[in-house]
Amino acid sequence: MEKRKFAVMDGNEAAAYVAFRVNEVIAIYPITPSSNMGEWCDEWAAKGYKNIWGVTPTVVEMQSEAGAAGAVHGALQAGALTTTFTASQGLLLKIPNMFKIAGELTPTVFNISARTVATHALSIFGDHSDVMAARTTGFAMMASGSVQEVMDLGLISYASSLKSRIPVIHFFDGFRTSHEENKIEVVPDEIMREMIPDELVKEHRNRALNPERPVIRGTAQNPDVFFQNRETVNRFYLACPDVVQEQMNKFAALTGRQYHLFDYYGHPEAERVVVIMASGGETAEETVKYLVSNYDEKVGVVRVRLFRPFSIKHFIEVLPSTVKAIAVLDRTKEPGAVGEPLYQDVVSAIYEHFRNGSVKFKQFPEIVGGRYGLSSKEFTPAMVKAVLDNLKLEKPKNHFTVGIIDDVTFTSLEYDPNFSIESDKVVRAMFFGLGSDGTVGANKNSVKIIGEHTNLYAQGYYVYDSKKAGTLTVSHLRFGPQPIRAPYLISQANFVACHQTVFIEKYHLLDTLIKGGTFLINAPFEGEELWNFFPKSVQEQILEKNIRVFYIDAQKVAESSGMGRRINTVMQTCFFAISGILPKDDAIQAIKDSIVRTYGKKGEEIVRMNIQAVENTLDNLKELQVPQRITATYDIRPPVPDYAPEFVKKVEGPIIAGRGDWLPVSVFPVDGTWPTATTQYEKRNIALEIPVWDENICIQCGKCAFVCPHATIRIKVYEPKYLENAPMTFKSTNARDKEFAGLKYTIQVAPEDCTGCGVCVEVCPAKDKTNPRRKALNMEPQLPLRQQEAENWDFFLRIPDFERTKIKVSSIRQQQLQRPLFEFSGACAGCGETPYVKLLSQLFGDRAIIANATGCSSIYGGNLPTTPWAKDENGRGPAWSNSLFEDNAEFGFGFRLAIDKQKEIAINLLKSLAPQIGEQLVEELINAPQKTEADIYEQRERVRVLQQKLKDIQTPEARKLETIADYLVKKSVWIVGGDGWAYDIGYGGLDHVIAMGKDVNLLVLDTEVYSNTGGQASKSTPIGAVAKFAANGRPAFKKDLGWMAMSYGNVYVATVAFGAKDEHTLKAFLEAEAYEGPSIIIAYSHCIAHGIDMSAPLKQHKLAVDTGQWILYRYNPELSKEGKNPLILDSKEPSVPISQYMTSEIRFRMLAQSKPELAKFLQEQAQLHVKRRYEMFKHLSELKLNSNE
Amino acid sequence: MELTTNYMGLSLKSPLVASASPLTEDLKGIKKLEDAGAAAVVLPSIFEEQLRSEQKDLFYHTTQGTYSYYESLTYFPEMDEYRFVTEQYLELIRKAKESVSIPIIASLNGATSGGWVEFAKKIEQAGADALELNIYFIPTDPDETSEEVESSYLEIVEAVRATVKIPLAVKLSPFFSNFANFAKKVEQAGANALVLFNRFYQPDIDLENLIVRPSIHLSTSHANRLPMRWIAILKNKVNLDFAATSGIHTSDDVIKMLLVGANVTMLCSALLKNGVYYLLQLEREIVEWMQEHQYDSVKQMIGVMSQEKTPNPSEYERVQYIKAISSYKI
Repeated sequence: MEKRKFAVMDGNEAAAYVAFRVNEVIAIYPITPSSNMGEWCDEWAAKGYKNIWGVTPTVVEMQSEAGAAGAVHGALQAGALTTTFTASQGLLLKIPNMFKIAGELTPTVFNISARTVATHALSIFGDHSDVMAARTTGFAMMASGSVQEVMDLGLISYASSLKSRIPVIHFFDGFRTSHEENKIEVVPDEIMREMIPDELVKEHRNRALNPERPVIRGTAQNPDVFFQNRETVNRFYLACPDVVQEQMNKFAALTGRQYHLFDYYGHPEAERVVVIMASGGETAEETVKYLVSNYDEKVGVVRVRLFRPFSIKHFIEVLPSTVKAIAVLDRTKEPGAVGEPLYQDVVSAIYEHFRNGSVKFKQFPEIVGGRYGLSSKEFTPAMVKAVLDNLKLEKPKNHFTVGIIDDVTFTSLEYDPNFSIESDKVVRAMFFGLGSDGTVGANKNSVKIIGEHTNLYAQGYYVYDSKKAGTLTVSHLRFGPQPIRAPYLISQANFVACHQTVFIEKYHLLDTLIKGGTFLINAPFEGEELWNFFPKSVQEQILEKNIRVFYIDAQKVAESSGMGRRINTVMQTCFFAISGILPKDDAIQAIKDSIVRTYGKKGEEIVRMNIQAVENTLDNLKELQVPQRITATYDIRPPVPDYAPEFVKKVEGPIIAGRGDWLPVSVFPVDGTWPTATTQYEKRNIALEIPVWDENICIQCGKCAFVCPHATIRIKVYEPKYLENAPMTFKSTNARDKEFAGLKYTIQVAPEDCTGCGVCVEVCPAKDKTNPRRKALNMEPQLPLRQQEAENWDFFLRIPDFERTKIKVSSIRQQQLQRPLFEFSGACAGCGETPYVKLLSQLFGDRAIIANATGCSSIYGGNLPTTPWAKDENGRGPAWSNSLFEDNAEFGFGFRLAIDKQKEIAINLLKSLAPQIGEQLVEELINAPQKTEADIYEQRERVRVLQQKLKDIQTPEARKLETIADYLVKKSVWIVGGDGWAYDIGYGGLDHVIAMGKDVNLLVLDTEVYSNTGGQASKSTPIGAVAKFAANGRPAFKKDLGWMAMSYGNVYVATVAFGAKDEHTLKAFLEAEAYEGPSIIIAYSHCIAHGIDMSAPLKQHKLAVDTGQWILYRYNPELSKEGKNPLILDSKEPSVPISQYMTSEIRFRMLAQSKPELAKFLQEQAQLHVKRRYEMFKHLSELKLNSNE
Repeated sequence: MELTTNYMGLSLKSPLVASASPLTEDLKGIKKLEDAGAAAVVLPSIFEEQLRSEQKDLFYHTTQGTYSYYESLTYFPEMDEYRFVTEQYLELIRKAKESVSIPIIASLNGATSGGWVEFAKKIEQAGADALELNIYFIPTDPDETSEEVESSYLEIVEAVRATVKIPLAVKLSPFFSNFANFAKKVEQAGANALVLFNRFYQPDIDLENLIVRPSIHLSTSHANRLPMRWIAILKNKVNLDFAATSGIHTSDDVIKMLLVGANVTMLCSALLKNGVYYLLQLEREIVEWMQEHQYDSVKQMIGVMSQEKTPNPSEYERVQYIKAISSYKI
């Protein structure tokens, strides 16, 4: 056998590594946290890598997981070795096919990075609720607990499946294992070949559908035979456990790593035993070993590898005969069940063992079950100890939870958070960085350097923020002489680094640092000045724990090395220089070597500046002589202000502060309901610069507020009297519009909410006549302005909103006076979607109900801690919900049905109560036009009067009408989502819903990729663009969704690009909402995944339109009624070659830089397509239709 | 009729060279030019900025926003290798050399000295027959003296000369106090030829948006008077070959340039306007002119109207100016 090969990788890569090598067809679809497995395979296939038979597997992205499962089923039936990857809802979508695949005894492995299934809320994190939902499919289930196991048991799964004919769900914990980097021993290809014998492959092929020897499968059977036919598979399931063990033994003989269906660790005479699967098993095993070796406790753990088929025989065999009490831990919740699945199996297994007369145990052991780790809740040695301690009780708590505080049904076990089993020999380092500063990248690099180039072992795990802009990242790195088996976060660090100076003011960074630990900070201060900058509690901790403090002005060093804001290499060098993991010179050399390896292909210039940064670092790294006294004048400020509502203070505040884990059950709503309008209390202060308004230059066009992705730049027009008591620096000028004569005008920025993206400055058309470099908005540093502008903002908010009924909504300069009811979201700085979402909220928010497909918009719209959907001064605002990814159109359609039905009931009640209410009011309530803001206002007034009158009517009908009278005011149903939903997974539903003719409005935020999951190609991705799952550039034209929608004839369709024609966007929104039928707006949304300058993204809109890449048009069925052609083409003939657009975005340019010939070919195709498409639209729009009504 | 000419030691079948333009940016175009009779092609310029920033740009945009949010840790697939424009340029030289027999002149465009000139070496290794160095610098600092500006030009020329052995042409603008003196210095710095002149693309003002916009207009024949005069003046005063560029549209233009001393003429706008097969027409017309005027070879023609040889050298100086002004009649 060749020399043992070690590598650092994460669980997803390990799973993909095996899957790619032992398969021929791979069908994929993105879903967190499994997407990377598909991405790896797509990339490898694009690069022409081969499987163990010398063939490059075919990797195909489907329109949904259901589609992927169908393709897998088909490919298997036609004889190819086929696999797939997924998680959560994705797995649920595959279930129907899985029943079929298993029912037909078809070997395959589905690799699952197990993730929470959405219930009261969505969660992208890990638990077993998805795989447990699939446990009745007939698939075998193999659980891996570590990155090494993912590779090993992954291969064993493929081998077992081929041999046993039972398909396998191979699962491991989402994020905890899928994203943990660890040093593992890689299984060589020769061993894979031995594990997957040609003979078994041949048998699989021989079973394939083939017209040379035709059979049929998938018959329909009747009550006479289905049952007994279904029982034919029993012998395969009975044989399966032994087959799997046989493969495990074979694998052990080849690699030296022995696994069993159930692995027992612990005291040979253990009395208390934990039974557990997946990564929790690692923690339990390490804790048990610790308790046995240090305290000789009679404890043990059974790690379940093969959960299905559950082999009672093998399970009983591994349990020590001395066992008295068993705790079964499930990482899932099955409400209403006697217990969770593994618990029920264990109880049944022990019962059956006794029933069969076995005498292994002296007594029937006590068995309790408990839940842990839902949605990646930490599962630590302390919790394992609590579970084992519970078993000491005479009557241990059953159906318990561990890891939370349940103060409602009191299920939770208490544990000691300070209990730790971490070895002194392990370096435990935590790094607090900003998403954009490269911290995580550098740490990944450090793990690779140490893991792959020294004898040490290394582990890396990364915790990210719930927002997409200005985010905090926390890297947890462990290095040590032994393999690192600690699938939980570091709670006792011996090194903490703060990569962004401001974090020390905001977060409790030193809480986890042990006594005598080392703290490194990037700060532009030195000595005493640095010390004085630390908040009080930080100074106290430094003195108390005798912490060594090192500092460097990393920004300066990075800039002088040409690295801009990326301080990663600088801080990484500091870590190596201080931590002493490697001798300093070796460490520095290792970093340099790694720079060449990592960046070599990205060009000599990148390598040069990184090396330069390493060299510049060492001269600038200094140790602080810690003054032995507290000098701080401030402390870390509370996460939300005092004036915030109670719920925000009690629940959201702790979440913002990173203490959400300690919130008890009782504080939470029981059904997932959450208050809106709470982002306003989370002052994130992430902008380095904010726009400053020059009222003398401003032409009051409203464009800045229109384009602002975070609604942090607002406009008000108001009576001069409100200026009384204005702060000194509050700016105001005379309103210019003639309708606003005598009124004042202010543009105000929310300094602590602004992300500093600069798009408002890009769009600002007003220039200083004497100095055109100055606009009416100019970016200036935030810090010196923060306090003053925060006061101005507060004052601004107190000025009443301009009356909605008096605003001319058809022009942006006035329309922007409407208050945004979507503010300060977690979207990326410069986001291209949120301006549309905000516009919707301004125009219709006070009567809108929104169905939001899963994706970026559901994350920045609904990810805790705080909520951006807001309320107006009357307390009205959008009611919002997210159902799934695939069903959003249907979900919103359901809203419409319910609203219409309740309105219908209300009208019937009105009619029956007309004599009491008054005929005239009833007539008006039923027939009021409700087309304008004034109409809506009047109708609301009528409903108010109605409610008054109803109070005096003492009939059951009146009581009924009271509850639904609100439905007499027009509701605006919006169905919002991205292109992944609209073009791919949700297209079937979207198509059906627009065909139904009901009054719903669909807004497609078209970024032309699956943005939220990291930029995978959708059918909206344009030809020639590189995306994940299209690593060689998308070869097909973008699907013309608008064209397809127009084919119905009664659907309002518009395509818009606000950066190209903002008034057109506004017009389309107004028309779409006014149209009393289905409307769809397809909105060009620039995106960080396009590889563009996010501070000046609007020029991409213009280019897209000028080149014809994005055609602006409106198709309004109302025009047919007037005898006109319903299609209005709003784009001019393309005037710029498509190449100009394509070279301006990295997504296209990347292909030109990697496969220039292909890029050129696709660009030519794109140019032809653009011309042809424009001609078709032009032709259609110029048709004179004789058959119009 | 002998149309061959010599340019920096390269023997060319005619004085008609295709200068840098979209026509020379790929192999297909180059082959077509050869087929149409171009005596040599100058490839489009690789810019100093491209060499410096192309990699940074890719790096920035592919790492922007990464590792910030759980679900979108990256936004692009990783490529195994990148073939930057610079790499592709070298490949174009290699492929062009394999596919055509006319000389390939590569072009480097820069304004400051620095590591980027190293790229000249790669150009040479890729097989380019000669290198045209296009120095495009707009001095805007009132404290910078003309001497400083000149020496920075010369530094670049020297640096490139030290890097490569292939013939080196330098393309310049006319904006020097004493162009003749500077031309001499360029010769001393190691250049083999001057390409006269660089067309500075003059920016325009967008009156609607009050912004400066780049504007590219194709040249007209009028533009060729400036190089014509200076080639005439410099011919044989410095030991350099000359390529005339800017405003060469007709066979008359080509002939005039040869007469004042150009070894070759560079065509761009004329070919963009009329197509590459216009070269055939030009060649035919030149031959006709030569027959009419009894010239047997192009070499015979070169420089006969230079200042050195012209019967009245002052025609290229103030006298001509006075004559021109006084001959203008309303």
